Amino acid sequence: MIINFLNMNGYGLYVHLSFLFTLASFFGLYFVIRYQFVKEQNKFSAKFGALSSDKAIVAKTQKINKEILAASSLSKI
Amino acid sequence: MKLFKQNRIFNLSIKSQKIVLIIFLITLFIGLYEALILSPQDYLQGDSVRIMYVHVPSAWISLGIFSTIAFLSFLVFIFKNKNFFLIAKSLAPAGLVFNIIALVTGSLWGKPTWGTWWAWDARVTSMLILCLFYLMYIIAWRIFENKNYVIKVTSLIAIVGAINVPVVKFSVSWWSTLHQPASVNLMSETTIHSSMLIPLAIMTAAFVLFSLLIFLMKYNTELIKIKNKGLDRL
Repeated sequence: MIINFLNMNGYGLYVHLSFLFTLASFFGLYFVIRYQFVKEQNKFSAKFGALSSDKAIVAKTQKINKEILAASSLSKI
Repeated sequence: MKLFKQNRIFNLSIKSQKIVLIIFLITLFIGLYEALILSPQDYLQGDSVRIMYVHVPSAWISLGIFSTIAFLSFLVFIFKNKNFFLIAKSLAPAGLVFNIIALVTGSLWGKPTWGTWWAWDARVTSMLILCLFYLMYIIAWRIFENKNYVIKVTSLIAIVGAINVPVVKFSVSWWSTLHQPASVNLMSETTIHSSMLIPLAIMTAAFVLFSLLIFLMKYNTELIKIKNKGLDRL
């Protein structure tokens, strides 16, 4: 049964290569985008941490900055 | 209007990412099982027809994404809303990858069906042109520094590239091509059996979920990039 599945009446090479290429592209794209996302989050956390107390107060008035900081601690799972 | 505030969008998209990822994985596994095991062979093409379950959804989604990018770019010119170009920019990577998947799997399907890996057929060539427009769009975002200039250039590329979208769609009707005509039609009768239509629909749903996931991640990355620049200006 496994041999039949792999062979697919002679079309196995084309069929499995198509599915493997698709899945590999998915993995590749997912990890590239995830890497960029985590990199930007870390950069943001580092910049935020380096702000002087006055500037940090100003930055905290923007709700989105708080959301990004909260998300950076959540999304490292 | 509160719903469209950036912090709300960011919060919602961060929370929905994991849900979308889980639903995508479940749909993909069901789709793969249906496509590779349960669905029948074609009476003419045999098992090679299974390539359709990755080739067709990829082509549909790459066309759909480019049409959306072009529409949003058109709106950018009219409304000057920065969210439109941010959405358009975030959609492009998924669109390009689906376009490449459609070309590569099409080539892998062409060898056993047409006897060649590549043909300068109207549908294949117009899909290649679409891929070039995707590349130009993404490269333009990388090479131009001036924000207003890059928005104009990318919007222009998307709008000009949109002319190619109906060419891709109707190429099989307008010219005599190796590529078969559409089997799934919204306006007229679908000529594909339900035993093949169901796996095709499931795989399409999985691919749509994947593009949604990539879009959410990319959109949040772009938002954080903007906020990073905002911190520099403080």
